[in-house]
Amino acid sequence: MDIRSQMTMVFHMDKCIGCHTCSIACKNIWTDRKGAEYMWWNNVETKPGTGYPTKWEDQEIYQGGWEKNGETVSLKGAGKMKGLKNIFHNPNMPIIDDYYEPWTYEYEHLFEAPEGDDQPTARAKSLITGENIDIKSGPNWDDDLGGTPDYARKDPNFENLSPQEQEAMFQLEQMTLAYLPRICNHCLNPACVASCPSGAIYKRGEDGVVLINQEKCRAWRMCVTACPYKKSYYNWHTGKSEKCILCYPRLESGQAPACMHSCVGRIRYLGVMLYDADRIEAVASCDESELVDRQMEIYLDPNDPAVIKAARKNGIADSTIDAAQKSPTYKFVKEWGVALPLHPEYRTIPNLFYVPPLLPAMATVENGTYNTTTDSLWGKIDASRMPIQYLASLFSAGNGEKIKEVFRKLMTVRLHRRDKTVGDLDIKELNQALADTAMTREEADDIFRLTSLPLFDQRFVIPAAHREEAMEMLESTADVKGNTGFGFKEMPARGL
Amino acid sequence: MSDYFLFVGLPYAALAIMLIGTILRYMNKGFTVSSLSTQFLEGKKLFWGSQSFHWGMMFLFFGHLIAFLFPKSVIAFNGDPVRLIILESTAFMFGLLSLFGIILLVIRRKNNKRVQIVTSKMDKVVFITLLVQIISGVWIAYFHRYGSTWFATSLTPYLWSIFAFNPDISVISTMPLAVKIHVISAFAIIGIIPFSRYMHFLVYPIAYIWRPYQKVIWNWDKNTIRIPDKWVKGVRSKNN
Ligand code: HEM
Ligand code: SF4
Repeated sequence: MDIRSQMTMVFHMDKCIGCHTCSIACKNIWTDRKGAEYMWWNNVETKPGTGYPTKWEDQEIYQGGWEKNGETVSLKGAGKMKGLKNIFHNPNMPIIDDYYEPWTYEYEHLFEAPEGDDQPTARAKSLITGENIDIKSGPNWDDDLGGTPDYARKDPNFENLSPQEQEAMFQLEQMTLAYLPRICNHCLNPACVASCPSGAIYKRGEDGVVLINQEKCRAWRMCVTACPYKKSYYNWHTGKSEKCILCYPRLESGQAPACMHSCVGRIRYLGVMLYDADRIEAVASCDESELVDRQMEIYLDPNDPAVIKAARKNGIADSTIDAAQKSPTYKFVKEWGVALPLHPEYRTIPNLFYVPPLLPAMATVENGTYNTTTDSLWGKIDASRMPIQYLASLFSAGNGEKIKEVFRKLMTVRLHRRDKTVGDLDIKELNQALADTAMTREEADDIFRLTSLPLFDQRFVIPAAHREEAMEMLESTADVKGNTGFGFKEMPARGL
Repeated sequence: MSDYFLFVGLPYAALAIMLIGTILRYMNKGFTVSSLSTQFLEGKKLFWGSQSFHWGMMFLFFGHLIAFLFPKSVIAFNGDPVRLIILESTAFMFGLLSLFGIILLVIRRKNNKRVQIVTSKMDKVVFITLLVQIISGVWIAYFHRYGSTWFATSLTPYLWSIFAFNPDISVISTMPLAVKIHVISAFAIIGIIPFSRYMHFLVYPIAYIWRPYQKVIWNWDKNTIRIPDKWVKGVRSKNN
């Protein structure tokens, strides 16, 4: 047993209102500079939709992630052989047009235009070439377009749905969408790290944050291909790759990452989980149907004395173990089992989990009338507004049972709260739901409280960084503000 | 006199600048060392240009290296005219391949607005030197045949004399102009390595072949850090 600690995250999709505050907070701090304009380390996509970069989930195009190879896994579109062979030209790399060409508007023209018969306009100017451009796409170009032919219909997740199920999602009465906020998953089996020929990308032992060493990156650009979530971005100006750093300077000073801190919907949770690094390979290479269950096994119970002992022996601080015991993510993911990893079939073992959206109303159209009766909410999980199979394609490698399991639990919590606050439920139905999900009323209350009424300190349980122990952590973050944000004091000028 | 300047002064200056310059840049300006890939801005035309240029270049580079290191074996190999013809024509093909590649790359740089934006002055120097180098090389291969043999007999001794700090330019100064240009521009290229994107082939990621795929870095020795009576030194990562 090789116990390590990992910063893990839970995003509650039912709570996301799609306001993009998270993305803006991140952009303002980290990526508002030349070469990074197009980057959104945090982005919020509309599902169904093609996402950012377009169709990132289609690994036939981008060849990201790992594939099972006997008892182990190998990188799909990168690795020692493929990477070094394709080093002069990387065939599966997305280019700027797969994201969008960044632009600004020529605002000065509004003031400086000579007098004339027409009103001056502020034309769009490319932030790369400075020329006038016709905007073809931009950040969140498919925002809220959950029913459109151009975007929603091209969602790669539809591959797993029958034509009828697909059609159902485009009926006016059933049309739906959910927001999928995404950041780097800081995976346990990171494909970006494995693909980097220079060895510039690494996982921090102390908290599992995955970082790119900007001094060692040589723009062999393999990580851009290898990351199946497309969360490693190429800075076209500096000639270096960059990615979400989980706001590690903030974490080290006990603050929540900017996207999480600013989240208006308060959908985000951050906490430590302990895991057994010896099991990474076995979990990453298990059968597709087992991926979610096996991943859950890798995270260990922080209250188990044997685990605590082994953790201490491995140099994990008591404060970190303490944080793991209080971790909100551990509760959502392990204790309650209501949060699932995004696309576990990429086999990177991601550490960002999603509570799938139960969406408010699950009405159906019957005989031409819109049926919203709520007598049997329970039975309607199968007829979930966002098809189970669609969600399964996102969160459980196609296993619909997993989604239903989570939905039953979420529904039980709702029934329990309905009973407690309104009291008009058939108690038999509630008891049946509690029995089916093996949930106690106390537990249902806990889930409710952490979902709806959590305090800031309950959403983010961040252990002390032990700056006194880590040389790297002794830097004052204020000193490097305005630089590239990677902790060294040099203007980010492009190399010769 | 000018031959001394070009074939003794220039080589030593270039080699010294290269050696000191690359080390200093690598150590102090690591952030600027990059292949400066432009694939993100233009991916399709790059394929033909970069692949043909680089694979051609690779072959030629190792060809020159072998002739420099093992001249006798090359001469022996070429003893049989059939083998000589085969070697000469393959080398010539690779020369044409890299010429074809560099021309495509230059056209791409000139025509694509996005790539133009990230083209520095030094990039232009790089392309000019490469064009001179490759065109003179192909010229020699065509007009002064069987270079694979005469290189080993006449140029290798000159190069060795440079590295032995006992420069002997008697042969080189009698060479045709094309050969002289080829040699001069080769040393010029070496000299500008630290100031240009030429730097990128010196950081070829050879270690990738033997390193484990995953990489985890601790700032301390995780097994001993919390043993109270033991002092453990932190590891400052190079990034800071
Ligand atoms: C050691 C092996 C080498 C590797 C791994 C390598 C790799 C690369 C890579 C990744 C690029 C960027 C391509 C892109 O835009 O995506 C590049 C560009 C370039 N390389 Fe190399 N290279 C090597 C050797 C060389 C050599 C020996 C030369 C010349 C003497 C050279 C000259 C160039 C030039 C001129 C470019 C710019 C191409 C352009 O963007 O127009 N490379 N190289
Ligand atoms: S800030 Fe929160 S609620 Fe708003 S889009 Fe981001 S994740 Fe959703």
